[in-house]
Amino acid sequence: MKRSLRKALLGGIALGFAGMAAGQAMAAEDTIKVGILHSLSGTMAISETTLKDVMLMLIDEQNKKGGLLGKKLEAVVVDPASDWPLFAEKAKQLLEVDKVAATFGCWTSVSRKSVLPVFEQDNGILFYPVQYEGEESSRNVFYTGAAPNQQAIPAVDYLMNEEGVERWVLEGTDYVYPRTTNKILEAYLKAKGVKAEDIMINYTPFGFSDWQTEVAAIKTFGSAGKKTAVVSTINGDANVPFYKELGNQGIKATDIPVVAFSVGEEELAGLDTKPLVGHLAAWNYFMSSEAPENAEFIKKWQAFIKNDKRVTNDPMEAHYIGFNMWVKAVEAAGTTDTDAVIDALVGVAVPNLSGGYSAMLPNHHITKPVLIGEIQADGQFNTVWETSGLVPGDEWSDYLEGSKDLISDWRAPLSCGNFNAKTGKCMGTVTQ
Amino acid sequence: MRLTAASKLLVIILTLLVWASWPAARGDSFDDAGVLLAGKYPEIEQGVALLAASGDPAAASALQALSAGQLLIGPDKALYIESDDGTLVTARDGAKIEGERPAGLKPVKVNNRIRRAIEAAMGQLTLLSSDPAQRARAASSLFDNPDPAQLAMVDGALRQESDPAIKLLLEQARAAILLATPETTDDDKLAAIEVLAARGDQKAKVLLSNAAATGSTSVADAANAALAKIERSLALWSAAQSVYYGVSLGSVLLLAAIGLAITFGVMGVINMAHGEMVMLGAYTTFVVQEVIRTSAPGLFDYSLLIATPLAFLVSGLFGVAIERSIIRFLYGRPLETLLATFGLSLVLQQGVRSIFGPTNREVGNPSWMSGSVDVGGLALTYNRLWIILFSIAVFVLLIVLLRKTMLGLQMRAVTQNRRMAASMGIRTDWVDSMTFGLGSGVAGIAGVALSQIDNVSPNLGQSYVIDSFMVVVFGGVGNLWGTLVGAVSLGIANKLLEPVAGAVLGKIAVLVLLVLFIQRRPRGLFPVKGRAVET
Repeated sequence: MKRSLRKALLGGIALGFAGMAAGQAMAAEDTIKVGILHSLSGTMAISETTLKDVMLMLIDEQNKKGGLLGKKLEAVVVDPASDWPLFAEKAKQLLEVDKVAATFGCWTSVSRKSVLPVFEQDNGILFYPVQYEGEESSRNVFYTGAAPNQQAIPAVDYLMNEEGVERWVLEGTDYVYPRTTNKILEAYLKAKGVKAEDIMINYTPFGFSDWQTEVAAIKTFGSAGKKTAVVSTINGDANVPFYKELGNQGIKATDIPVVAFSVGEEELAGLDTKPLVGHLAAWNYFMSSEAPENAEFIKKWQAFIKNDKRVTNDPMEAHYIGFNMWVKAVEAAGTTDTDAVIDALVGVAVPNLSGGYSAMLPNHHITKPVLIGEIQADGQFNTVWETSGLVPGDEWSDYLEGSKDLISDWRAPLSCGNFNAKTGKCMGTVTQ
Repeated sequence: MRLTAASKLLVIILTLLVWASWPAARGDSFDDAGVLLAGKYPEIEQGVALLAASGDPAAASALQALSAGQLLIGPDKALYIESDDGTLVTARDGAKIEGERPAGLKPVKVNNRIRRAIEAAMGQLTLLSSDPAQRARAASSLFDNPDPAQLAMVDGALRQESDPAIKLLLEQARAAILLATPETTDDDKLAAIEVLAARGDQKAKVLLSNAAATGSTSVADAANAALAKIERSLALWSAAQSVYYGVSLGSVLLLAAIGLAITFGVMGVINMAHGEMVMLGAYTTFVVQEVIRTSAPGLFDYSLLIATPLAFLVSGLFGVAIERSIIRFLYGRPLETLLATFGLSLVLQQGVRSIFGPTNREVGNPSWMSGSVDVGGLALTYNRLWIILFSIAVFVLLIVLLRKTMLGLQMRAVTQNRRMAASMGIRTDWVDSMTFGLGSGVAGIAGVALSQIDNVSPNLGQSYVIDSFMVVVFGGVGNLWGTLVGAVSLGIANKLLEPVAGAVLGKIAVLVLLVLFIQRRPRGLFPVKGRAVET
């Protein structure tokens, strides 16, 4: 009796496992997995958490429309916690264990550089939604954020032409994006005739909170009689004490305007913005845009997140564009196979949230309008200048010696991210 | 002279014409401005210029409202001003709009260029205002934007002005205008240079360098002499400013480290969870502010006063609990204590993350902590000033506690010789718990102060635990005065190096110097004499 009971139990357990495995296999075949690789804790959580949420909303919306290729989309969310090596580990996990069809993620350039070898080795697709410094073009990455010619250069042009700025402070966080962007901007400013003593460059670590000395230095540099502006590539929550110190030391936007590249509606949501009115940001989308698609997007977003005070920002629009492009490409290719989708993505055009269209170029960048906005007392931006048309992203800066001859074109037969137009050779390694 | 009938008639007609056209002229400038203000930015600038030139007192309030984003325009191009409490008045004559608002009101667009134009215009419009603060602002604005055409107006205002401070500003504005006018005589320029030399700040320096570059030899000599004097005094003030920044950084380090000095000093326990005690204090402040925001918004300015004792209690109780449950079993085993408290810090961080979320929480500054005050050439920001005073107060309280109370006496006895103290009847394990609680409570108070200058997130403690250990080791374990001197000197060293080497290298340099120092004096600046702390 005992023996048969044991046998029955063992048999039952075995059946149970088999059933679970079969069930899982069946479930796996019924969904397409989409990876979300954004920091949900640490110094970058202030910026990246909302991108995870908007991806969940987009996936949910797509599932309501019937999914993709007849299957439901399944979000796989991981938290790399603002720890750059952990980004690479999590990316490996997404590609090798979860076998995601595409990943939407990263914010800081150092996180993107950390996951780049993983995506190239495991042949995955990464949609990178944040403005960055260029000098990179990978077959496996689609850059839906701004290249320097779609954000940094137009911002400097605005300050030079409209505000008459003659002295420049380049203030950044100490990592690759601000360092490279400032290299490009310094070369650009010097090409426009700005003298070296009219440019001050300064770097601070992530999470820096004691801004007294830096802000005093900006004040002193700005009282030399020429109009001065600060170009800020400060990332993460170090922005909060920076703006507070600016307000406390009495630096008004009418005296020394600060144009930021990594401060959007989301970062301003945790600040009292009344002392900041008049400071600037350069983006390709503002929540205050009056296009009807934008109003609809905001309504859906606030309903999804169940909070009518949550804001939208440019990287969220970049994910909106990137996700819709990916869906369109998968439908065109008829499969989620990486190589087919990569080829199908070039040339895809989807509407953006400012009333126009965005197209995917052969260098894996998209066309975007450039907007300069001033901070308002309610944390929104008021557009004070915009380009008349769309600007195509160009990752190889025309102002740096090693890059001005390079072009990127991932279509056959060129299939090269850094083709030297002068020598007619593909440079081979992807990054500079 | 007897006027003929014809000339009498002419006078009457002329008077009637002027009288009839006067309100219309007033109205015209607002009408014309309204049309321009509805357009794009270049047209809005023209509208601002029109209002400024009209000389109308109502124009001044309209321009001020525009600068603050409170000037509204309707579809019929009529202008309205909305005050902070929501009441609407017409811009033209200040008549209040009762009942329903006109439909389709939108704020007039404004950007930095327009705000600058308004600032300059306000200077001219409000120079003779009855409000002394407005006159002072107007005089400063005229100094910042010297315009030779305004010289007569400034002279007129000087004749009428009674307030000595505003008179000084007007004299400086006059000096700036004279130096900006090429036709000024050398004597006048020399007098102007003297006025600016007395002012002695950065703006005066700029004007003097321009005068030196463009004037005659005597003028250039006088300007250069004044410049040399100003530069010397500015260099001194800048050094004093760096010292002030160093003292404020030192006060932050002191607050964070003093609790650790007590626990590390009295019990030799390496508490890696010390940073989390600070973090708990900061979150207590957040919770107190949330409660005040929802139930008693008027008390917001007192939120820090309410939060301080609460933060002390919360962190203190946590400290006592930690001591009773974990540390007590690990005395004499420093490595295990280190590991256990490190694990505890991770648990606390994750706990706070689960309850409050991983993103930063907003802790607001009360109104008395925003802004700054100018003392001589120093700009002292209020939040840092209050934190310096606060840390001195906490330090003094702790010294008093240690010297004058029974608990302090027992703590000192246990530090010096535990076994003897136990033989004297002191309950050493109770004293240990109270010491740990006190140290953690003080860390909680530090968290209240830190919430005002740093982001409140679960990782807040991590940025301060290393610095706290640095200060305690440098100053001498167990010695409060050592902690004070250590904190202030580390802060000043850091802030003196920062303008020279940058933030990253400055910190590295300080750490390297500290390591070298510890090689020479391993027990710190002020080591506690007597038998070493044993358990």
